[in-house]
Amino acid sequence: MARRASAARTAAITVVAWIAGFIIFFPILWMVLTSFKTELEAFSMPPKFLLFKWTMENYAAVQERSDYLAHVWNSIAIAFGSVLVSMLIAIPAAWAMAFAPTERTRGTLLWMLSTKMMPPVGVLVPIYLIYRDFGLLDTRFGLIALLCLADLPIVIWMLYTYFKEIPIGILEASRMDGLGPLREVVFVLAPIALPGIASTILLNVILAWNEAFWTLNLTTSKAAPLTAFIASYSSPEGLFWAKLSAASTLAIAPILVLGWLSQRQLVRGLTFGAVK
Amino acid sequence: MGSIRLEGVRKAFGSTTVIHDVDLDIEDGTFVVFVGPSGCGKSTLLRLIAGLEDVSGGRIIIDGRDVAKLPAAKRGLSMVFQSYALYPHMTVRNNIGFGLKMAGRPRDEVKRKVDAVSTVLNLSTYLDRKPGELSGGQRQRVAIGRAIVREPKAFLFDEPLSNLDAALRVQMRLEIARLQKSLDATTVYVTHDQVEAMTLADKIVVLNAGRVEQVGAPLELYASPANLFVAGFIGSPRMNFVSGDLAAQLGAPTIGIRPEHIVVSREGGGWHGTVAAAEHLGSDTFLYIDVPQTAGITARAVGELGLKPGDHVRLAPDPGRTHRFDAQGCALRG
Amino acid sequence: MATQHTRTLGRILVAPSVALLFLWMIVPLAMTIYFSTLRYQLLNPGTERFVGAENYIYFLSDPAFITSLSNTLRLVGSVLTITVVIGVLLALLLDQFFIGRSLVRLMVIAPFFVMPTVSALVWKNLLMHPVSGVFAWVATSLGFRPIDWFAQLPMLSVILIVSWQWLPFATLILLTALQSLDNDQKEAAEMDGTGPFAFFFYIVLSHLARPITVVVLIQTIFLLAVFAEIFVTTGGGPGLATTNLAFLIYSQALLQYDVGGASAGGIVAVVLANIVAIFLVRLIGKNLE
Repeated sequence: MARRASAARTAAITVVAWIAGFIIFFPILWMVLTSFKTELEAFSMPPKFLLFKWTMENYAAVQERSDYLAHVWNSIAIAFGSVLVSMLIAIPAAWAMAFAPTERTRGTLLWMLSTKMMPPVGVLVPIYLIYRDFGLLDTRFGLIALLCLADLPIVIWMLYTYFKEIPIGILEASRMDGLGPLREVVFVLAPIALPGIASTILLNVILAWNEAFWTLNLTTSKAAPLTAFIASYSSPEGLFWAKLSAASTLAIAPILVLGWLSQRQLVRGLTFGAVK
Repeated sequence: MGSIRLEGVRKAFGSTTVIHDVDLDIEDGTFVVFVGPSGCGKSTLLRLIAGLEDVSGGRIIIDGRDVAKLPAAKRGLSMVFQSYALYPHMTVRNNIGFGLKMAGRPRDEVKRKVDAVSTVLNLSTYLDRKPGELSGGQRQRVAIGRAIVREPKAFLFDEPLSNLDAALRVQMRLEIARLQKSLDATTVYVTHDQVEAMTLADKIVVLNAGRVEQVGAPLELYASPANLFVAGFIGSPRMNFVSGDLAAQLGAPTIGIRPEHIVVSREGGGWHGTVAAAEHLGSDTFLYIDVPQTAGITARAVGELGLKPGDHVRLAPDPGRTHRFDAQGCALRG
Repeated sequence: MATQHTRTLGRILVAPSVALLFLWMIVPLAMTIYFSTLRYQLLNPGTERFVGAENYIYFLSDPAFITSLSNTLRLVGSVLTITVVIGVLLALLLDQFFIGRSLVRLMVIAPFFVMPTVSALVWKNLLMHPVSGVFAWVATSLGFRPIDWFAQLPMLSVILIVSWQWLPFATLILLTALQSLDNDQKEAAEMDGTGPFAFFFYIVLSHLARPITVVVLIQTIFLLAVFAEIFVTTGGGPGLATTNLAFLIYSQALLQYDVGGASAGGIVAVVLANIVAIFLVRLIGKNLE
């Protein structure tokens, strides 16, 4: 409460906060440490925290596996692909709802958000069967299409909120300047909304990268992204932990960085505006 | 340049009608000011002319052509927004030239016109800056430059000076007036400030609750207001209104007399009252006087009068300048 | 605030999204409803027959369903409690000034961005492993026998993993809300002589009431659908101990190939989620101007 907190209070809070942070971060930290151990030391008891033989052999082994790289490509393709396609459909829709609203706009927006609230299991059966019958199982295309639809409500929602922050006067000025709607979007709206567009892409790529329902159920090998790849190692033998840790670290590292950058977007995108 | 005519223009938002049946004639080259209290519909009317809103009924005729169905981009008008609405991601040069560039004009023509306009508006040194780096007055001039450079049929101004400080406002007022004269441009200007209206306009349109109360030259509105509303809106300080016995003595249900048309003296004929407050501005003195059977009278006296609160005074309204209004508030002539 | 032109264009532009989402919602959902009325075994195609509500009756009276429902409720309830309570505390902590605040914030937020499958495996094998996990080491160092988490306390293990994953979300939301608490309010309370506990209970908590509601509603929606963590760690077991509704439906559909039964279950899940969704949508709607 008081700005003039005593040094002792600040010190106490610092200690408590760091302990709390450390505890929460520990699993990730431990995984990263394990990735640098030899397999033998990876599950030795008592576990070694820092004084072990640091090695890069696991990372080398993981990167040498061609199927690992294939899975990385799948993750990249699926995550970016689905988000970019969503953006193509969403940008016009968000423009329309932000700048040309009708009486139905609010209801439509709420309805779109509600589609995100449907549990995927509810449609697992028909989707699985449709995908099977159309040969879409275990295809990147199939997954991109599906995740695109799953992303769409949040993408539209986030773009809508960013667009609404642009004073409509600027767009009206462009209309007075003689611009039609397409040029208005391309030459005036997009450049101004660029940070918002980037943030939306960022958060949704993260969410798509981590998606672990459809990616687990609709892929087997060819199109399996990293989520499924890691999941396939849930066997109980303790022989692969160091390598698995390395693979996992590689899988989550870029996302952790991106996630750090997109904290505020997370609040905006996933609370649907209910928290400012 | 363009003439604008409004015929039976009506605007409703849902079930609320905000503009009721407006007929207006704006001749080519005139400076017309829409003035009125907030919420009277003046900005809405401007936006209807601009094409940023649809009319619910009526016609808008620009240079003989009904544009009510045309989108704003195709009407050939320019607008200066209250918030200036400059493109934040473009330099001043690009802001001004944007419309021309989008219309496909050749590059040297655009450059030439932008340079010409910048010189007129004293913006030449700022051409490569972005709006975020400019002051309010500079931004306003960029907004005006953007409007001018396209040589539109008419200029529309939506309260352009309200975001400026007082001194700047006076200066910009003069500049706008000068500009309009030199371009001989048809201009429709919206403001809530009646001083701006009086000083800038060839013709003033006084609006109240979506209706036109009176249209006329500034001094015409000052000398012959058509009703109580116009009489009370034009002129500062506000006209004094008196009803009841004092008004009946002067021959009408309500009479109005401007503060500057009352002769104040310590003794003599006229109403008697007590000074409640006196504001000495040096050049003028404004006296707020309690007069029985009225809500108080404001009088202006030139120079200093040495009157203090509590002094007794007599007020003589100039009979030739007394306005008389009937029971509905309309002016009685003759 | 728009003209006829822009409004018409607007409708055209929104149409594809609406159409796609509509198809995405309606077609599969309609199919699920249709399938739920059939007796349909994936392994015996062509032998489908209409059985009306039989699947529902069977599903709803199946003890497995009751178990999965109670597991689901336990999972959701526990995770909500843990994340909200600890989330509030963490938010309060992070709202204070201390050295290295941004770094600690990064550490607290990180778990949300870790893939669910990775989190699950890390917890299962590196931390909770009864022989070589860190928890086992801690236990033995303190003289206790290590717990075989997934055999002895499977549900709790899953709850721990899911809570860990969602804690950052709750913390971040609550922290954002806390930071919007005007300094003015804080100073006014100080002038009024409010002590720290009273301040917390009367001002902070009431300010947080709304965000907490949002967190609870949104998390509930997503927690009802927890799948990957269970899939990777316990496969629903031992027995049915960690089977929640989502996993039950999955196992019926893709492991037992009982399309009819799984579809009925799917509809039940949708209905459950809808109940929560109604409240959430209403709350969001109130905020939308």
